[in-house]
Amino acid sequence: MDAQFITQQAVFGLTLGCLYALIAIGYTMVYGVLRLINFAHGDLLMVSAYFAFFGIVIFHVPWPAAFLGTVLLTAALGILIDRGAYKPLRNSPRISALITAIGVSFLLENLGLVVIGGRPKTFPTPELFEGTLLLGGIRISNISMWILGVTAVLLLLCALVINKTRIGMAMRAVSRDLDTVRLMGVDVNRVISFTFALGSALAAAGGILWCMKYPAVEPFMGVIPGLKAFVAAVLGGIGSVPGAAIGGLLLGLSEVMIVALWPEWSGYRDAVAFTILIVILLTKPTGLLGEELPS
Amino acid sequence: MTVFTTSPTQSSANTDEPVMFRTHRTRDRILSLCALGVLAGFLWYADTYLGDYTVRILNNIAIFIMLAVSYNLINGVAGQFSLGPNAFLAVGAYTAALLTLSPDEKLQTFIIDPLIWPLSEISMSFPAALIIAGLVTAFIALLMAIPVFRVRGDYLAIVTLGFGEMTQVLANNLTTVTNGPLGLKSLTPYTNLWWTWGACVLTVVCVLRLIRSSYGRAMKAVREDETAAEAMGINAFRIKTLAFVVSAFFQGAAGGLLAHLITTISPSLFSFMFTFNLLAMIVIGGLGSVSGAIIGAALLTWGGELLRFTEEPISLFGYYYEGIPGMRMVIFSLLLIGVMLFARSGIMGRNEITWEGIFGFFRNIFRRRRTIA
Repeated sequence: MDAQFITQQAVFGLTLGCLYALIAIGYTMVYGVLRLINFAHGDLLMVSAYFAFFGIVIFHVPWPAAFLGTVLLTAALGILIDRGAYKPLRNSPRISALITAIGVSFLLENLGLVVIGGRPKTFPTPELFEGTLLLGGIRISNISMWILGVTAVLLLLCALVINKTRIGMAMRAVSRDLDTVRLMGVDVNRVISFTFALGSALAAAGGILWCMKYPAVEPFMGVIPGLKAFVAAVLGGIGSVPGAAIGGLLLGLSEVMIVALWPEWSGYRDAVAFTILIVILLTKPTGLLGEELPS
Repeated sequence: MTVFTTSPTQSSANTDEPVMFRTHRTRDRILSLCALGVLAGFLWYADTYLGDYTVRILNNIAIFIMLAVSYNLINGVAGQFSLGPNAFLAVGAYTAALLTLSPDEKLQTFIIDPLIWPLSEISMSFPAALIIAGLVTAFIALLMAIPVFRVRGDYLAIVTLGFGEMTQVLANNLTTVTNGPLGLKSLTPYTNLWWTWGACVLTVVCVLRLIRSSYGRAMKAVREDETAAEAMGINAFRIKTLAFVVSAFFQGAAGGLLAHLITTISPSLFSFMFTFNLLAMIVIGGLGSVSGAIIGAALLTWGGELLRFTEEPISLFGYYYEGIPGMRMVIFSLLLIGVMLFARSGIMGRNEITWEGIFGFFRNIFRRRRTIA
């Protein structure tokens, strides 16, 4: 148990945390705008993994094009899900939309099982992302560096979009008061669609990176990352984008660290997130950076 | 299919009840007993003449009715969107299984880590194990209620979902109690039609009684508007906890029945999939209606068996159709989404099937005939 070991684990934890953060932002943005826990968000990660897999393996698309196409297709799917399943329920009780979201999640998972089959497929990781770097006795795999780098760039872009553009301003306004914003002449549905597209695109980026880190693609791969990313969003304060990023990193770090420090507890790794969730909701329901959202 | 009455509460103080109901109470009760008799006759017939497969489906239907009716109590009647019945089911199933296995069988099953002491020696009869399974589950629900009901709405959904996932993690890791991922095998198949349908009828009667009592009215008040209910002097936390604990008791007992029906239980059995199925049942049947929960449970359990062919290989008119696993869940999730989008009140809405309703239906038909003639 020395500094080197701790640093090594911290690198693992940060890598995992980045992936959680990318997925958590989608949750938090949709929740901010619609007050809806988009259960299907984790499954978008799975769908994006399949898009990338089929693009590269079946259609032999060069991987940069495949990845870009995956992000665009997943964003389109996000909009489609919102338009088809959530939009008709905008004015009904929130629980109705939640039940529909659970239905969409199961539909995506089982459609994956029906169309593609349950056998895990190996993700064709491009050579560029393979190999490891040895830095002062600490092994950092190339993919970890890519994950850290890509996440940092995407978070920055996301922050720019939300804080500096007109559509970002509209998103922030809608999360305050949807009805008033509509009265001000803003096309609320366009803003919501954009939110879904942005969130789904980030989930797709997370999905591709996830597959290169853990290269097994199967229909239920999105469930656990999705749930944990949601916990990350609550931890950071749901509705807050920087909060989701911080929550994701903290969750990734704590999961890896707890198992590293107490190996005999490794079986309980999946329970860490839910314990954090319950503790946060009981002590500080608004999370680390969140503020009381008008409901 | 069980049919039951709207016999109102015993308190004669309820003078605002429609006169119809009061005068027909005895008639309704007799009719209900007759219906139970018909059900018993049918069960005897099924037990004696129908094959194992049909009996198994009937057992499943009864257990799922029990689960759906009690799940509907917390989700539909009290309006607290819990997503954790798989946790209660797991607790009940493991408790009952550990109580009925004999010490010798336990010694053979727990090969990795031995079972902890008091459990390893205890062995009791099936009915006692079922009741204790229900009580243990209810007690756990009571403990859970303290954190769970500090939040509302979708947060409550997520916290209960978290408890469900944690139960699975615990079942996988507490090897000295649950035997880990291996689960418990070769339980004695005590569960038969009489146990399942007996427990099912008991559950329906108890839940109906509860809903029609002042506690049930308080639950509905909390569902409609928690703040207003509290202003009227209802202790919302206590009412929600009551609904949660009662529903957990029956789910735990149903877990015990299920364990002794399928005779092998493992942590992976009690995944979120179970909760999803129950949710689909009560939503399709009509959230908040006991009749709806019964219809939904029977429909989806039976329909699930009918749709089994979609997942098995068959050859039809010379074409070979390779069965596709997951097809049934695709159909169920499409059904759930369809109901939410196009028919949000489900089959029954919040209405119940009553004798008065059945008579009124036939009376209307005859009256219409007469006017046409």
